[in-house]
Amino acid sequence: MGYTIYDKLWNEHLIRSYDDGDSLIYIDRHFLHEVTSPQAFEGLKKKSLKPWRINANIATPDHNVPTTRDNKFSIESIEDNISKLQVVELDKNCNDFGIKQFNINSNNQGIVHVIGPELGLTLPGMSIVCGDSHTSTHGAFGCLAMGIGTSEVEHVLATQSLKVRKLKNMRINFEGSIQEGVSSKDIILYLIRTIGTAGGTGYAVEFAGSYIRNISMEARMTICNMSIEAGAKVGLVSVDDKTIEYVKKHSNLEANLINDAIKKWKNLTTDKEAMFDEEIDIDVSKINPQVSWGTSPEMVIDFNEKIPSSSIFSAEKRKSLDLAKNYMGLSDNQELSDLDFDKVFIGSCTNSRIEDLREAAEVLKGQKVSENIQEAIVVPGSGMVKEQAEKEGIHKIFIDAGFQWRAPGCSMCLGMNPDQLSPYERCASTSNRNFEGRQGNLGRTHLMSPKMAALTAINGRIVKEI
Amino acid sequence: MKDFIEGIVAPIDRDNIDTDQIIPTEYLKSIKKFGYEDYLFDGWRYKDQGRLGMKKGERKINHEFILNNSPYDESKVLLTRDNFGCGSSREHAVWALRDFGIEVVLASSFGDIFYNNCFKNGVLPLKLKKTEIEKLFSLSTDSPVSISVNIKDKVILFKDKLSIDFDLDNNLAERIIYGLDEIDITLKDSELIKKFEEHRKENNPWIFE
Repeated sequence: MGYTIYDKLWNEHLIRSYDDGDSLIYIDRHFLHEVTSPQAFEGLKKKSLKPWRINANIATPDHNVPTTRDNKFSIESIEDNISKLQVVELDKNCNDFGIKQFNINSNNQGIVHVIGPELGLTLPGMSIVCGDSHTSTHGAFGCLAMGIGTSEVEHVLATQSLKVRKLKNMRINFEGSIQEGVSSKDIILYLIRTIGTAGGTGYAVEFAGSYIRNISMEARMTICNMSIEAGAKVGLVSVDDKTIEYVKKHSNLEANLINDAIKKWKNLTTDKEAMFDEEIDIDVSKINPQVSWGTSPEMVIDFNEKIPSSSIFSAEKRKSLDLAKNYMGLSDNQELSDLDFDKVFIGSCTNSRIEDLREAAEVLKGQKVSENIQEAIVVPGSGMVKEQAEKEGIHKIFIDAGFQWRAPGCSMCLGMNPDQLSPYERCASTSNRNFEGRQGNLGRTHLMSPKMAALTAINGRIVKEI
Repeated sequence: MKDFIEGIVAPIDRDNIDTDQIIPTEYLKSIKKFGYEDYLFDGWRYKDQGRLGMKKGERKINHEFILNNSPYDESKVLLTRDNFGCGSSREHAVWALRDFGIEVVLASSFGDIFYNNCFKNGVLPLKLKKTEIEKLFSLSTDSPVSISVNIKDKVILFKDKLSIDFDLDNNLAERIIYGLDEIDITLKDSELIKKFEEHRKENNPWIFE
């Protein structure tokens, strides 16, 4: 009998099991941001408790921060007083408890799921939690990583452990080579379209196959990031040479320590004989660029397909489809390429890493954003990504094309800061959720890859051919 | 102790209701754990765009939305379909349901993180079979009905017309019934956690750098 990587990670972190089927697992790393932590800190204070292990915790403000800021910006400069209060609270709580924070002025500030790996704070084999569902991103490093609620944030702060139930094992085998113009975003959107937004509920999903082995760590992060959109709070990839190479490059650990660690990390793979509760094979060579049309990440079609006719679906499904079409201002059998776009957003914890920016810049070189696009913004995921892009001259390509080059944060993925859609505006977005109102009240989101978003910026519409 | 809940069923006939619908991001700017009742299903409940701090009385009400109409404005039970609470991990979604007065959510499936969050806040999410959900929709759609949920006996009752047994782990049932503080319970295992931690540090020192 063999073990899956999830089984191995589980056994490695299991403190105890309870009679009722729950288990207590040890938490190695806890990331915090300003939105889901204030109530947890308040709870700790009320109980007169202190964080169990201070240096397990790393905080950064990302959701509320304005992206139009410069070096002189301070928390006080946040115009929205309610947003400001939340960032002030994080600052205060981190200072009160002595928690390491990359604050709004730090060069290392950024989206928590971008900075974790690039600062070497995400290491293979770790259990990682954060009050944010996209914590699954860190699973790309062979971590047991999952999003938790605020009560659990408090529990982890107080006890360095989490009460959870073991998930079932699922493996998705992505085999083959992708077509020109297709990226990891298309692959994960295609998966969600195939298994649905509840397809992975109750499972830890391992992404495997020749495609996964061949892609970069950045691309693996994009895929694990959106496993939650397929319902799976845990998405992960077995450790290989690419994982280790990335960590070596980004970690500050001493050489002898990292060499010891590597020996352990190499074992963080699924055994050949391991059994999965569910296994799905997907041939990636047939996948086209994907674009979401509706208000759920499973409402996705090929970029050159028509909006599906509701009549071919069951009565129960039809209702949701019709509501989505109504919200998105679409009709049956309409061509995606007929839609006029108003805004373009390149960013979010899904697609704001250097590789994503390079992918978009390649398309934008020497091109101009369409006059019909009112605003095109690119928001690097972190200070480091921004710096790297500026070193490579990528920012110039964006600026010359007519994009706004912004400072790091979650930005228009969820519009808690001023980066929002106005009612009925249509947005080409590299983010992860096309829910109603997600990017702004009555805003219309179409999810796609950085390349497709860049093409949409140039053309003002989804292209018919690539 | 809360082992019996009785209340009016508010049917919302949609699947995949995500936590952004249950409470939009604007209201996540609050640093409090209470006071979210006026923002539940904000995008559907109102015809204007709200801001944190605005009260129901200041808003343009959408009278077509069920929870705005009597007696559904006092519903304790929400009836919906597949994958309720998918998406973001925001516990504010549960706080908004709780603050509005919803004590039970009936659905054929739930988002994993939302499901966990419910039990920390005394909101009972019950997974029922699709046929049972269908039956409840047909019962509650035309006129208001009040059902009872007996958590100890694990049964939903509506007069003599309906009786649905549900599965619920005893520990989860107890969390709703007694509202136990999980941190206190876990801290009883402090010694165990400490020992585990020491052992882990010895074998994986790089994690503790």
